[in-house]
Amino acid sequence: METTTVTVRFTALPAHVRTARLVAAAVARRSGVEESVLDEVRLAVGEACSRAVDLHRRHCPGEPVTVALTDGKTSFSVEVVDRAPEQGDAEQTLGRLAEQGGSAVLEPATAAVVEQASSPDAAGYTDEDEQLSDALGLAVISGLVDDLEVTRSATGLALRMTWPLDVPVAAIPAQH
Amino acid sequence: MDLSLSTRPEGDKTVVEVGGEIDVYTAPRLREQLVDLVADGKYHLVVDMERVDFLDSTGLGVLVGGLKRVRAHDGSLRLVCTQERILKIFRITGLTKVFPIHESVEDALAATD
Repeated sequence: METTTVTVRFTALPAHVRTARLVAAAVARRSGVEESVLDEVRLAVGEACSRAVDLHRRHCPGEPVTVALTDGKTSFSVEVVDRAPEQGDAEQTLGRLAEQGGSAVLEPATAAVVEQASSPDAAGYTDEDEQLSDALGLAVISGLVDDLEVTRSATGLALRMTWPLDVPVAAIPAQH
Repeated sequence: MDLSLSTRPEGDKTVVEVGGEIDVYTAPRLREQLVDLVADGKYHLVVDMERVDFLDSTGLGVLVGGLKRVRAHDGSLRLVCTQERILKIFRITGLTKVFPIHESVEDALAATD
C-alpha cells in the first residue's frame, strides 16, 4: 500500500479543534490504527491543535493551523504545524520531552504548578490557569505519544506524533 | 457531543453532573459554572464525570482551578469517575495525587477528609 496523506487546514478557533480531532480519528481508523489506540490519537491530536490554536490567537489570529495525517506502510503519523513565533521555555520543554519521552519529566512540574498557582480574580481567570493548561497539555501529549518529534523551522513549529501500525504478515493480502 | 451540565444540592454538598466533551471549546462553560457555585457559597462540590466522553488538558485546568477556588474557602472538590480512558488522563498528568476520585456519587458524598 502506498503512503497517503490527508491535510486539514483550519482557522485558529477552539471550535475547529473538535473537527480536527474527528478527522484525525477517522483517518487513523481507516489507516488501521487499533480501536484501543484511537482514543489516544484523538486526545493527542486535540492537545496539539489546542496548543497551536491558543498560540495563533495570541500571536497570529489570521494564520491557519495545519494538520497532516499520514498513513504509511507500518505507521500512522500526525503533524501539527503552527506559525507562531518561537516560544522559549515551552518549546524547550517539548524538545526535552521528545528526546527523553515519557511523562515522568512533567509530573513533578504539574504538581508544582497546581500548588503554586495563586487565587483567581473575580472573573475566575488567572495567568496561572493558562500556564497550568499548557503544562497539562504537554504532559498529556508526552504521556500518550512514545514517538514525538519537535522541529522549529522558519515558518513555525512542527509537532510530529507517530504510532506504529501492527500489521501481521498473514493479514497482508497476497498479490495476484 | 456537546457539554451538558446540571447541579443539585445533596445535604451540605453540591453535585455537578457533567456529560459530553470537556475540551478547549466547552471548558469555559464548566469554569463559569464552578465559579458561580463558589460565588454562591457552595464550597463542597462533587463533580460526577461518569457521562463524560472526552476530557482534555483545558478541562483538567478548569477542574484544578475549581479545586483552588473551593480550597480558598476551606471547601472540597471530589470527582466521580470509573471510566478507564478518563482516569488515564488524570494518571498521566499526576493529578490522581491532587483530586480525591471516587467510584460513585454516594461514596463521594459520604467521604470526609
